[in-house]
Amino acid sequence: MSARTTMRAAIPFQKILIANRGEITCRIARTARRLGITTVAVYSAADRDSLHVRSCDEARYIGLPPATESYLRGDAILQAALDSGAQAIHPGYGFLAENAEFAASCVAAGIVFVGPPAAAIRAMGNKSAAKSLMDRAAVPLVPGYHGSQQDDAVLQAAATRIGYPVLIKASAGGGGKGMRVVERAADFGSQLAGCRREAAASFGDDSVLIEKYLASPRHIELQIFADSHGNVVHLFERDCSVQRRHQKVLEEAPAPGMTEERRAAMAAAAIAAARAVNYVGAGTVEFIVESAASDAGFYFMEMNTRLQVEHPVTELVTGTDLVEWQLRVAAGEPLPLTQTAIKLRGHAIEARIYAENPDAGFLPDTGRLQHLQPPVESASVRVETGVTAGDTITPYYDPMIAKLICWGETRELARSRLAAALAQYQIVGVTNNVGFLRRLVETESFRKPTLDTRLIEREAAALKASNRMPATRLWFAAAVAQLLREADQGSLEALRKGEGHSPWWRSDGWRLNGTAGRQLELQLGETTRTVAIEYLPDGWRATLDGQTEILRARVRSASDLWVSVGAESFAATAVFSAPTTLNLFTATEQHRFELGRRSISSDDYTDSGGHLRAPLPGRVIAVLTTVGSSVTKDTPLIVVEAMKMEHTVLAPRDGRIAAIHYEVGDSVQINADLIEFETGK
Amino acid sequence: MAGHPESAMAVIESKLNARGAEFQANAAAMAVLVADLRDRVRTTALGGGEASRARHVGRGKLLPHDRVNQLLDPGAPLLEFSQLAGYGMYDGDCPGGGLITGIGRVSGRECVIVCNDPTVKGGTYYPITVKKHLRAQEIAVENRLPCIYLVDSGGAHLPSQDEVFPDREHFGRIFYNQAQMSAAGIAQIAVVMGSCTAGGAYVPAMSDESIIVREQGTIFLGGPPLVKAATGEVVSSEDLGGGDVHTRLSGVVDHLANDDSHALQLARRSVAMLNQTKRHELELREPREPAYPAAELHGAVPADHRKPYDIREVIARIVDGSEFDEWKARYGTTLVTGFAHIHGMPVGIVANNGILFSESALKGTHFIELCCQRRIPLVFLQNITGFMVGRQYEQEGIAKHGAKMVTAVACAKVPKFTVIVGGSFGAGNYGMCGRAYGPRMLWMWPNARISVMGGEQAASVLATVRRDSIEAKGGSWSEAEESAFKQPIREQYETQGHPYFATARLWDDGVIDPAETRNCLALGLSAALNAPIEATRFGVFRM
Repeated sequence: MSARTTMRAAIPFQKILIANRGEITCRIARTARRLGITTVAVYSAADRDSLHVRSCDEARYIGLPPATESYLRGDAILQAALDSGAQAIHPGYGFLAENAEFAASCVAAGIVFVGPPAAAIRAMGNKSAAKSLMDRAAVPLVPGYHGSQQDDAVLQAAATRIGYPVLIKASAGGGGKGMRVVERAADFGSQLAGCRREAAASFGDDSVLIEKYLASPRHIELQIFADSHGNVVHLFERDCSVQRRHQKVLEEAPAPGMTEERRAAMAAAAIAAARAVNYVGAGTVEFIVESAASDAGFYFMEMNTRLQVEHPVTELVTGTDLVEWQLRVAAGEPLPLTQTAIKLRGHAIEARIYAENPDAGFLPDTGRLQHLQPPVESASVRVETGVTAGDTITPYYDPMIAKLICWGETRELARSRLAAALAQYQIVGVTNNVGFLRRLVETESFRKPTLDTRLIEREAAALKASNRMPATRLWFAAAVAQLLREADQGSLEALRKGEGHSPWWRSDGWRLNGTAGRQLELQLGETTRTVAIEYLPDGWRATLDGQTEILRARVRSASDLWVSVGAESFAATAVFSAPTTLNLFTATEQHRFELGRRSISSDDYTDSGGHLRAPLPGRVIAVLTTVGSSVTKDTPLIVVEAMKMEHTVLAPRDGRIAAIHYEVGDSVQINADLIEFETGK
Repeated sequence: MAGHPESAMAVIESKLNARGAEFQANAAAMAVLVADLRDRVRTTALGGGEASRARHVGRGKLLPHDRVNQLLDPGAPLLEFSQLAGYGMYDGDCPGGGLITGIGRVSGRECVIVCNDPTVKGGTYYPITVKKHLRAQEIAVENRLPCIYLVDSGGAHLPSQDEVFPDREHFGRIFYNQAQMSAAGIAQIAVVMGSCTAGGAYVPAMSDESIIVREQGTIFLGGPPLVKAATGEVVSSEDLGGGDVHTRLSGVVDHLANDDSHALQLARRSVAMLNQTKRHELELREPREPAYPAAELHGAVPADHRKPYDIREVIARIVDGSEFDEWKARYGTTLVTGFAHIHGMPVGIVANNGILFSESALKGTHFIELCCQRRIPLVFLQNITGFMVGRQYEQEGIAKHGAKMVTAVACAKVPKFTVIVGGSFGAGNYGMCGRAYGPRMLWMWPNARISVMGGEQAASVLATVRRDSIEAKGGSWSEAEESAFKQPIREQYETQGHPYFATARLWDDGVIDPAETRNCLALGLSAALNAPIEATRFGVFRM
């Protein structure tokens, strides 16, 4: 972070508590440490060994894994702050960051809440009320219904008046949670019900608002900052148009195609919005922009009264440390910079790296990060993460693994750096979106750029997992990785048996008066190729599709290899995530090979077709059938909620429910046997 | 070269110049022999010819060597036995004896593998096949190694029934051995990957655990033709004794596999559950390569095996760090004895360095007693033309001194290994632990020769007898006649004394590249550690 904001000597606080987890806690702790502030982490039972705990100076246990029993428990967190002697609480984002009651109770307890006043949170927190307020402040709004009347009929009538497609949103929501697009009137009822359910679960408030749905708009937000002395500045905009399911995927600053006039207009509206609620601290005013045209209409969507996930993008193009600004403002200091002193320099893009499966509807994944190797950080490559290798992505919280932010003098430079850094991001253990992000930053729409919220849909073809086959040398490298692993496992096994010195544990395929040969089957996606291996005293002779090369390898560290294929040699990282799954990384490529011997259990005597299994780990939120019921194909049977989404298990055929093994509220693991199903009436 | 930290062992200092002309000439000559050996082994390993192999593979079966390779742990070594069994016999109809045998690591355990080669006459048992099978079982017994039989055989080779069926060491002995081994706790596992007919049916039936490949393996006492001839019943092979029948109805087999690879995986799984560990009482050291490369053995021995050389040059290229604590170095110098380590395992080495005299025999006897007392395995390096002959030597009792050494060798219960690195002639073969003295493994170098005496000596002895007979009858025998008489004898001895002739008949466990001597000994020694080393009780030594 820049030196510009680090010159002040005063320490705003001696000790603060960070009421969050994950990367944002690590991020806040870093700035606090630089400023000489002692930090206190809080953690749930699931996070006892998390990086965010280790990145602070002290930590307090606050409850069980579900957020409602830990990170959302304002009383416990406030008590932790009081007990630890913290003078302030930084809420991060999410959890209690926009909880006005919590902010108020902090103040009441004599602890500084690092965020806006409770009144400002409250004013912006209710989306409907906020819009009325903005309307009065002459901030442009999307046509919609923000009333308190919540009868189905009233809402449906409003939708009809606004005209489909419409958007149903949780009034208390944010971040896409509980947001639904309704394309036609027939779907309104069911979508409304789902939205209410999610809203109630997430926010404890099931009221909703209806808005005109703009088909392919842009999402541009203004970063503003206000102090308690009446100063309000903006730190330029961020373009967060690249989204999927209303979740931001890529964020950048400045917004491509932004003109000075338009920026001035949007900034003025944003500052007006902030002033309308007597805002103090970091805030983001989100606008929806009708199209890419520079004169297209922009409408206020909402104001996020907290530090945003994507704040590093702004930091990189303005040379600021927004967490430091937050702390100083919270301590009553004036803003570190005046508007004219805030300069825009270069371009920055952030990619959100998630444990999710882009090839299966972005289903979240959980599991242990067996291998995690981010790209090397530099002045232009920044990694914000709350996990290290060996940590677990649990089903309890947001499955974000990291944010990768790259800076460049130009957008193209930032983009190409991001592409290169993504190529070097090595993750094994959970399904993740790194490959998807790599393809995304290379799409024509993103390169050009023609940004809007439909970009991902539009580029669907280009975003499909690639079927392009890697070069032969990579197949050879995969073979080498497997051969080395076999040798390695042999050595370990020999040691375990106390036979470390036995010549029988050599792994060079020794044969009397000859050499050992072998066929190594490698599978990549749908393609299977066979490498013929001949063991040599100091390597292997390998043949693939008529090409024969001498292979050698040097192990540099646990999984880092230096592979020689004939005259060519290169670095590769090989990580096995299952007995037969090899994740192979080179400087520019990542591939997942399946290999090795077939499994013992290839007998297929049983048919598991009668069991309906959980598509992902989560919690059962609805059981829509009963034991003994006869159901027709595609009848919804059980609903599992995980992360931010509901997944409904449907009847695979006409049949009867023989047993239901879970009830509402139960946690389920992936592939859990939910329902026994008998085919036929 | 520094000594081992635990003790200061003596390091052999080689007097050879690896760049010298003689060394280079020797190396070139040995390279020719080794290349020829590898070539013959490679050809033999192809089994019954291209058409037969193609037919086998066409049925979805793995070739025998691939079966063995897949059974082994990946990258694990395989110490094959008698690769050239049957070489030059039966008009070349039985390459490798139609059988692959050896020790390999399966699921982390050294096992003896016996794999039929159905591309060789349907895997039927020639006399040499039986001998090779029994030898593999003998190795399993001595070293207490689990046996895995990869069965794909038509049973006894019917035209040779008189040589394979009735005698003690014939076909029936295979099943006798299985029963004995099973009783001794040596696991018997059969994988039926093809035919298993008549007597062959007892291989899986007498195993502790068995696996069969569906719609491929069959087991029956009488095949469909015999059934039809005997009872008129018409039945398919599969219905008579296929995998489904034997795993579902008869219980002859325990596991049904989908194909060869699956069957081999099941065999590996079975071995993984044998619950046996390798316990031994040897004091091991960190293995170290010899100070002089093993590959130099090609040049270290003269191309002409009649030319004497210092056997220490061989020892220096076999043992760890070339460290050799010679024992009784100044006495009976034609026999070199001493202690060393091979791949970290202690060994006592008994090596010929000239003809055996009474002193050498006494020294050898004493040393063998010492090794048995300490339970240190013995390695014999044979290059022996025999015991000294002549009046003086008979009078000093070389016969009884030689007998002491033979007694000691015969009774020694420590694992014994023999490598014939040169000549193996006469009673020297006995004293130096020839085949009859039960070495765990016996290998020959390609330059070695083995016979009751040298061809020249045999020809001379027979010529002398002949001349005496002719002259006793008053006849005369010209030099030319004598020469003509001796030539075929020399030729016979040369042919029959050749390592290929010997190995074809299983007089050894294989002809090896001298450079692999250390590797072979290391594997053999380590395998031997699977069996406890018993205390030795010697017979009466004639004093």
